[in-house]
Amino acid sequence: MSTIDTRTPLIEISNLRKLFKLRGGARLHAVDGINLKIYPKETVGVVGESGCGKSTLGRSVIRLIEPTSGEILYNGRNIMKLGGGKLRELRKDLQIIFQDPYSSLDPRKSVIEVIAEYMFIHRQFKTRAETYNRASHLMDLVGLARRYANSYPHELDGGRRQRVGIARALSLNPKFIVCDEPVSALDVSIQAQILNLLMDLEEELGLTYMFITHDMSVVKHISNKIMVMYLGKCVEMATSDELFANPQHPYTKALLSAIPVADLSTRDKDFVTLRGEVSNPINVKPGCRFAKRCDYCTEACTSADPEAIEVAPDHFVSCVLMRQEVKAI
Amino acid sequence: MSETILDIKDLWVIYKTDLETVHAVNGIDLRIGKGKTLGLVGETGAGKTTTALSILRLLPSNTGRVLKGSIEFHGQDILGMNDGQIHAIRGEKIAMVFQDPMTSLNPVMTVGEQIAEAIMLHNEGIVTAEVDRRVDAMLGMVGIQASRKDEYPHQFSGGMKQRVVIAMALACEPELLIADEPTTALDVTIQAQVLTMIKDLRNRLGTSMLMITHNLGIVARTCDDVAVMYAGEIVESGTVEDLFLGSRHHPYTDGLFGSIPSLTSRAARLTPIPGLMPDPSALPKGCAFEARCAKRMDICLQRHPEKATEGTHCILCHLYGEKS
Repeated sequence: MSTIDTRTPLIEISNLRKLFKLRGGARLHAVDGINLKIYPKETVGVVGESGCGKSTLGRSVIRLIEPTSGEILYNGRNIMKLGGGKLRELRKDLQIIFQDPYSSLDPRKSVIEVIAEYMFIHRQFKTRAETYNRASHLMDLVGLARRYANSYPHELDGGRRQRVGIARALSLNPKFIVCDEPVSALDVSIQAQILNLLMDLEEELGLTYMFITHDMSVVKHISNKIMVMYLGKCVEMATSDELFANPQHPYTKALLSAIPVADLSTRDKDFVTLRGEVSNPINVKPGCRFAKRCDYCTEACTSADPEAIEVAPDHFVSCVLMRQEVKAI
Repeated sequence: MSETILDIKDLWVIYKTDLETVHAVNGIDLRIGKGKTLGLVGETGAGKTTTALSILRLLPSNTGRVLKGSIEFHGQDILGMNDGQIHAIRGEKIAMVFQDPMTSLNPVMTVGEQIAEAIMLHNEGIVTAEVDRRVDAMLGMVGIQASRKDEYPHQFSGGMKQRVVIAMALACEPELLIADEPTTALDVTIQAQVLTMIKDLRNRLGTSMLMITHNLGIVARTCDDVAVMYAGEIVESGTVEDLFLGSRHHPYTDGLFGSIPSLTSRAARLTPIPGLMPDPSALPKGCAFEARCAKRMDICLQRHPEKATEGTHCILCHLYGEKS
């Protein structure tokens, strides 16, 4: 999967930050200096636990949330400062599928109206008939029977609602889609249907995804490259196979071992349980964000932010331990 | 086989409203042995929680109704008990942990008071000092500092709240703990902490457990026996070995396993179950899974399947019944 790296990235994020100002002047560091390259037709998975900033990152990348600082290049063009008509034009290319199919659809619009809405906003077609025709085709594409066209979201189950959300995201022929936990609210059998659909669409339409999830097995299944986030920072990034075969950061290791696998051979193994819980990202001090819960924490961990070290081709780990290992060699 | 603690036989539960009758549980049999954990697996709407609520007699009184069947706890029929008798069991002998720790705690009572309430309710005349001691002990057991007992639920994180709920449930040292998706609302690392804790406590106190979950990984990790529920029926049951290592399965169980992305191998595509669960207010006459089943036969549409049993392993499917 690393052969495609010679091309220009579709999305290139450098040192992206999003700070939220809180009452009393405190700052919440939701996304804290993220660098990421996403190549065309690649699926980059972003994993982490609740509150690690993965959704904020996803929204910042497509400027649904205004990032505080940093740079976002789309096809080599900086989109941080775009406004007005140019930003609206950009929105067609960059779309998002939300986690909760229950709250992300307007309850007073029928399925076909929801799907057609973006096309009306962007005046994609001259006539209503053409727009609705395209919307019907989108329903076919995502596997929604046309008889649901005039149903309202509350009449559909979670899986079908998520299909509506996907059809809507596809309506403007986007190049890049942020999938923000698109299957978390669904039952396993429905989850598998939606994952298959997303992978088919990627293939058919040449889409590029940023896939945000907390589910490690889902992210492994769908991604080429995975970024593990912890409190606004990227702690480890590698290709999907490499990350699972050869995790390096103590947090990634703990995260992987914490997954209950549907396999009896793991039954008597103990989880590598982490102490404590994710601390809060308010007014963070320099140093590794994971230090408090880490068994290998030393003084070096709390003095400065650990830099990303390339431990293998395209495998980056932000951990002091890696530095010493490299030095030792 | 160990001594039976809970024995459910041919339980049927409906929810009846003016508009429709929902057939939530349709003739299930379940048995939990002393010190054992039974995993009840299924998707949303399969009837897992309804089963749990029936055991505690907590079905909504205006709509929920047990049509027939029996639930015996230590040989006593729970369904025939009067209010006084069930009060003596609920919370004390059988306790429940609900899915969402955020909504199962009282926001205007400190966590210490809430645990104390459970202890006082079931131990009449207990002295305050003893209650305090036990509250501290319970909090210690679930890994929360006793000094935090004067705090309110909102001051705790999700994982901590679930620990408090578990401490409350275990405060009276129940013989049976019903855990309804106890870790679904939690992050994986916190889930691992809570599961490890539940397992330790169970080993220490010898509590039997009904673990309701949709996660087969959790079943593999924590359960001794498993029952797979679909549209109000147990379609497959047996020991964890029967389910995870056995060669014959209900097509629905196969579908569930095929839907989980694997961590160890890379499959290009998942093999999900097509379609949706049937509407529980209009269940088909034959097999409830027929419409989604890849192995359906003519008979599936016409006749309801019967249980095919092989040792501890039961499968409700025409594929395996009446082989002779």
